Amino acid sequence: MPRLSRPALLLVPLLGFMVLTYLVPFLGVAAWSVTLPEPGLTQYQTALTDPLVLSVFLRTFRICLIVTFATICASYMITLLWVRGSRMQRLVIELCILIPFWISVLTRAFGWLALLSNKGILNTWAQNLGFLTEPLTLVRNEFGVIVGMVHFLIPFAAFPLASAMRAVDERVLLAARGMGASRTRVFAQVFVPMTAPGILGAALVVFVFALGFFVTPALLGGGRSVMAAELIYLRIFQSPNWGLGAAISVILMVAVGGLLALLMRQARPAGAR
Amino acid sequence: MITRPGLLAVCVAALVAVFLLMPLIAVIPVSFTPTRYLSMPDGEWSLRHYQALIDNPAWAKGLGLSIGIGVVSAVLATSLALAFSLGIWILQPRFAGLLLGIALLPMVAPPVVSALTLYFFLITLSKFNDFVAYDTWAGVALAHSVMIAPYAVVLITVALAQVDRRIDLAARGMGATLGRRIRQVILPSIRFGVLSALLLTFVLSWEEIGVTLFITSVDAVTLPRLMWMGLRDNIDPAIAAISVLLIGIVVIVILGKTLWLGSSEAKAK
Repeated sequence: MPRLSRPALLLVPLLGFMVLTYLVPFLGVAAWSVTLPEPGLTQYQTALTDPLVLSVFLRTFRICLIVTFATICASYMITLLWVRGSRMQRLVIELCILIPFWISVLTRAFGWLALLSNKGILNTWAQNLGFLTEPLTLVRNEFGVIVGMVHFLIPFAAFPLASAMRAVDERVLLAARGMGASRTRVFAQVFVPMTAPGILGAALVVFVFALGFFVTPALLGGGRSVMAAELIYLRIFQSPNWGLGAAISVILMVAVGGLLALLMRQARPAGAR
Repeated sequence: MITRPGLLAVCVAALVAVFLLMPLIAVIPVSFTPTRYLSMPDGEWSLRHYQALIDNPAWAKGLGLSIGIGVVSAVLATSLALAFSLGIWILQPRFAGLLLGIALLPMVAPPVVSALTLYFFLITLSKFNDFVAYDTWAGVALAHSVMIAPYAVVLITVALAQVDRRIDLAARGMGATLGRRIRQVILPSIRFGVLSALLLTFVLSWEEIGVTLFITSVDAVTLPRLMWMGLRDNIDPAIAAISVLLIGIVVIVILGKTLWLGSSEAKAK
């Protein structure tokens, strides 16, 4: 082992690795977006005016908003019990959050297909019990995409929410109770506002995750409700227009960069407090 | 704790918990269906899809490839991340934020953008060699290393934040060289952080699909890639069988860890 004389040398391998394998190739992708098929900004013009691409952007934005809202609501309620429940409740909830978290996105999407597809468990039961005569279409549409994404993202929202809830001073809640506020009022007017920075942070994380989502929408959307990430895949591999795929990637990267800058600004004062 | 959640809150949380577990439980009966397509077993249960996992050599090949790529990329990513995090911890450079930003880039960028970037990288490499290239195991291992290294940086940096700087200063004051400080003072205090980084990066590579989809086609077919092919068009119930096995492993590991070590919260107290 050669003797290390300067600690700065420790930084070089990973930084060099990232620059070579990530930063430079990303510049290459950005170069595609302004050179394929011809030099100029035509691909960005297409991306921002073409009705098909615009409708995909709009759908992506709408699905991400719905998914973020549903994920935060569901995650908040389950995290509440994870942090403030009895010992047994905490243990059970922890398992319910951690087990899905460690299971691959493919397996989880497959689980939803098994549950929701036309020959899936829900439709089979509903038909056997006589609730339905025709199977209900629950996947290969936007509903399936939203269910799958919310399921994937709940654990990711639970971790920041839990740390926000653990920071709440119990005595404030007791004081509110002592002054005669009902349970509901303590929750809505004391507990939720005190965890608001955590909610905002978790919402931003979930939204950023949802924006770049590819696997779940591709499997549960069945090609019918295409989102931005899947559009990139289609433009690279199925009906090739590499320039457009690259341009959409750059737009997506800029959007996520902007949101993360917002997250940093939001996180800093909280950390300083 | 005195202000416990009320009955309503418990019921809503229970519903969410059911929602979280439902799709994982749903794959179990489906994996025993006797038919060739996705359906519930109708009275008759069969093990044919588990048999198919053994009979079709593609599954064993995918398994071997995924383990190999996971080990190589986890070791590479964790080594690079370890050196980097040590460098940041020792130097505390003023521009540490910027350096960390570069190191964490693949973690925060949208996965599909990373996938396209690595696709560009590997098809460019393909023009110069056949080993580290598009649709080769070495290419996939390299791309996975890029994607998982940031997670190792985070875990090791967190472990380093708990090391008492004065111990290192004492070693330095007594004349220990940098290599010796790292090997005999710092590394022993962060060995659990490094081990968990190795484990996490292996798992992340093991289940990586977003990037893998862009950089492989027919030769470097990892286990997730194989599952993707069985899910995309006609759903193959063999996917249910493999899913049950994968879920089983996760449940056993998590249950074992939680019951053995106690929940993370009990530890915190």
